[in-house]
Amino acid sequence: MYPSAFEYLAVRSFDEAIEALGRFGAGAKVLAGGASLIPLMKLRLAEPSHLVDINRIPDASYVRDADGGLVLGPLLREADLEASPLVRERFPILLDTTRVIADPIVRNMGTVVGNLAHGDPANDHPAAMLALGAELILAGPTGRRSVAVDDFFVGLFETALAADEVVVELRIPAPSRRSGGAYVKFERQVGDFGMAGAAVVVSLDEASCVAEARIALTNAGPTPIRATAAEALLAGRSVDDDLVRATGEAARQDIEPWADLRGGSEFKRRLAGVAVERALRTAVARARGGSDG
Amino acid sequence: MPVFGVPVKRVEDRRLLVGDGEYVDDVRQAGALHVAVVRSVYAHARIGEVRTAAAAAMPGVVAVETARSLGPLNGPFPHPTWFPPAKALQDIIHPKLRPEVIRLLADDKVRYVGEPVAIVVATDPYLADDAARAVEVDYETLPVVVDPERAAEPGSPLLNDDWGDNLAAHFVVDKGDVEAAFERADRIVRQRIHLPRSTPTPIENRGVVAVPDRRSGGVTVWSASQQPHWLRDGLERVLGIPGDLIRVVAPDVGGGFGIKSMVYPEELIVPTVALRLDRTIRWTDTRSENFVAATHARDQIHDLEIALRADGTILGLRDRYFVDAGASNVECLVCPYNTAAHLPGAYRIPAMRLECLTVLTNKTPNAAARGAGRPEAVFAMEGILDAAADALELDRVELRRRNTLRADEMPYDQGIPYRDGVPEILDGGDYTACLDDAIAALDLGALRRPYEEGARPGRLFGVGAASYIEGTGVGPYESALIRIQPSGRVIVTVGPPSQGQSHETTFAQICAEELGVRLEDVRIVQGDTLALPWGGGTIASRTAVVVGNAIAAASRGLREKVLRAAADLLEVAPGDVRIEDGRVSVVGSPSVGMPLGQLAARVAPGIGRLNEAIGPGLDEYDGFQPPTVTYANGVHACAVEVDVETGSVEILKYVVVHDCGRLINPMVVEGQIMGGVTQGLGMALFEELVYDDDGQLLNGSLMDYGIPRATDMPPIEVHHRETPSDRNPLGIKGVGEAGAIPVPAAVISAVGAALRTVGAELRTVPVTPARVLDALDAASARTQPVEARA
Repeated sequence: MYPSAFEYLAVRSFDEAIEALGRFGAGAKVLAGGASLIPLMKLRLAEPSHLVDINRIPDASYVRDADGGLVLGPLLREADLEASPLVRERFPILLDTTRVIADPIVRNMGTVVGNLAHGDPANDHPAAMLALGAELILAGPTGRRSVAVDDFFVGLFETALAADEVVVELRIPAPSRRSGGAYVKFERQVGDFGMAGAAVVVSLDEASCVAEARIALTNAGPTPIRATAAEALLAGRSVDDDLVRATGEAARQDIEPWADLRGGSEFKRRLAGVAVERALRTAVARARGGSDG
Repeated sequence: MPVFGVPVKRVEDRRLLVGDGEYVDDVRQAGALHVAVVRSVYAHARIGEVRTAAAAAMPGVVAVETARSLGPLNGPFPHPTWFPPAKALQDIIHPKLRPEVIRLLADDKVRYVGEPVAIVVATDPYLADDAARAVEVDYETLPVVVDPERAAEPGSPLLNDDWGDNLAAHFVVDKGDVEAAFERADRIVRQRIHLPRSTPTPIENRGVVAVPDRRSGGVTVWSASQQPHWLRDGLERVLGIPGDLIRVVAPDVGGGFGIKSMVYPEELIVPTVALRLDRTIRWTDTRSENFVAATHARDQIHDLEIALRADGTILGLRDRYFVDAGASNVECLVCPYNTAAHLPGAYRIPAMRLECLTVLTNKTPNAAARGAGRPEAVFAMEGILDAAADALELDRVELRRRNTLRADEMPYDQGIPYRDGVPEILDGGDYTACLDDAIAALDLGALRRPYEEGARPGRLFGVGAASYIEGTGVGPYESALIRIQPSGRVIVTVGPPSQGQSHETTFAQICAEELGVRLEDVRIVQGDTLALPWGGGTIASRTAVVVGNAIAAASRGLREKVLRAAADLLEVAPGDVRIEDGRVSVVGSPSVGMPLGQLAARVAPGIGRLNEAIGPGLDEYDGFQPPTVTYANGVHACAVEVDVETGSVEILKYVVVHDCGRLINPMVVEGQIMGGVTQGLGMALFEELVYDDDGQLLNGSLMDYGIPRATDMPPIEVHHRETPSDRNPLGIKGVGEAGAIPVPAAVISAVGAALRTVGAELRTVPVTPARVLDALDAASARTQPVEARA
């Protein structure tokens, strides 16, 4: 439980961070909350040559309204997301998500962006952000670029982020007027990695039929993924019990989760289906302005 | 003011809660070197060359030691915690026993993943860890055995070649005519029950600091130990120096739960190498090491058969069980026989035959942990009762009620010997009242209503209960030295240290009450072999009973001395002196008297005048030797909800009704029970150490191994009953382990009852969602063909 030796640099700006990452090369890692990185280093599963600590960069832990959507700074802690009135009023799906990540002590340190940038399919924010259609702003030596969250997760612990890039902002678009979202996670015990999880965001039209649905799954494969077949089932239809079950079933058919000590592949597929069903019910209730909202 | 039985706040809390506790890793020693341990990566292998030159050349490295470099210092030595049971017991059960040895470092071969092979001593723990990774060990792997049943078969890989088999212990316990009971039975029910391997996971891992004492040629050792005196005795043999030159101190210890009652190779090697190098050396276990190198718990497989009358009356019981001891049976019969002694529990069982096979496998040694064989016994017994109730189509709780001993049957002779060889005579308690109270406290009407009214679709409801008895307060002996200082402070010195048992509070309460002094004037000194040369350790729910009564005896003796000294000085008869709130005075003339401190000064030679009849100063040394154990008892009951879609289990309410005799401090007792229930819920819901066929532990980290946290806890209610013990003057029984003992049994009974409502069956823990769904699937696979026909 002692990490191997590494060099440590605390930077004061993103430019300084990018410069340092370029200089140190592929062995360098960005340290934000450290919630994932530090345990991996203590187990020597990660042995970075350099840590570039971005925690001292000023004005990077904001959560703000942007035309009805949200913009989040890269150092925004889970605890601050949970405490934000903006999130509590308008994005209950994010409250669902942050509340089931680890424990309050970890949430005081862990960052929302770090939860994405780590590229772990078992993390919870990736599915929520996929369902919300978020985009990430990445900064590198040649400037900034925007990456849709759909294009961000490339492989297991692998993202679109280059070795000399940092995420400088996370943007969540404004939801349509009659929309609702929810995240449901099944965990072995409170604060554990999810055995399965599902994030659902639905928009309803005037007839209360589904105008758009986005469904994403936690721990269902090597990357966080959209359940596109399940989404397609919902389009244009009014959500009833049969459709809820069919949507869960479609999500279940679509995935090949890995077996581990928390359960076998078939078990996790089943839970993913149930998570979709339950998240969908809550999301629809929230969209309709029901008591779940 | 009486303080015995009062829920006073814990004396140790201020220090511990503000972070002023001093654990082994906090013990400051300038210039200390740090040890990193090179551990076996194979479960079974011959050791060839161990190449240390590269590691020795690394920055900060002072020494690298192996079995070869230590030579005769390495052992093997007789294992310091392997004690054969009492001769009285051996004369009855004639066990087959294989003595165990301990080596500081593995020599010819390794027997489990995590076994120490070499150590690196360096100037800081990071450099030590880096260098440990540079030690190269040539292993020639050997066939591995991880299954105890296979390990008991001929042809199995052998842990110890010279044994010829892997059987570490074997015995049979008989009561009555079990064959006749089975012949008479209306119904015979058989069930296999397995309580899997777990680990108690103290928040503080193990740790050792050793400082050579150049003046005496001895050594001072701090260790996170429940048994500093046993460690001292072990070191005496290993170091070859007189035990009085070895001072072992257990400072604040962050939880022990049994695994710190072992003597570990690391605790022997750190002092050995400290003396060899004449340097202060320290080692702190990491969590990863603790998972593989601290002893594990449970891991018993029982094949039970019960003979019943049609009305559910138990006629007889057979059990043949395997204890998977891992690579070394380090505590002889402690867990194996505790299981036998506690199997009948609170029940009336006229005839029994219990056969135990304790077997070595290529896994971490498995030994006592909170309950030490009792959770296993209760899980097995309650499990066969569940199976019996199901077979007879009786309510599970009702079957228990019919067989539970009644108050009017006490004292009740269970007809088998306890581990000390004394007949197991249950000394009191109303067992049926515990069961009835526990069920009543669940308030089932209200809990069950939503399920009966269909308000919880897809959710199943179940109720379970499990009872236990526990032999507590095991001897052989404890002593207490009490001194009244001229300052008025009362110093009570005892042997066993605290790892959360609140000794500084409860022991002070006993002394304050018996002596007549104020609680805040009493200080408890504990866990230091220099302060008191003998102590039996804080294990086996024993210190309240054995140390507590030793303190009471010494307090009463000291009280007599105080009365005599005061009578002499005040020129009255001893019967005319009273002690209250730390002051002696003449009965009827409260203003004539003095504080105890002043009295102590007046009889202290040099300050006052020696009182020949009392001796130098006001002090007393006395002890307590219990006749045998005293039996605590209780019932745990719970109601659960099972989600049929996800397999998740929620405990709606958990009730404990228990009897540990007279309560010294009800708040401390409640804390002990709550902590125990928490650990029990870990076994019931989350915890299972999983090994693969190569003997690799697959979930040796807190990321993978689930321990219960505050957020996992259901509502828990604790109800005390107080039946005084007549086996010690204070009338108390132990309670340290009780909370953990029946929890897995109570939870599986409730979950099993819930699943049974839809024809599913589950009899094993932890009740993970995957296991619950598998059980539900198996049930629907069974019923489908029936539906198809209909």
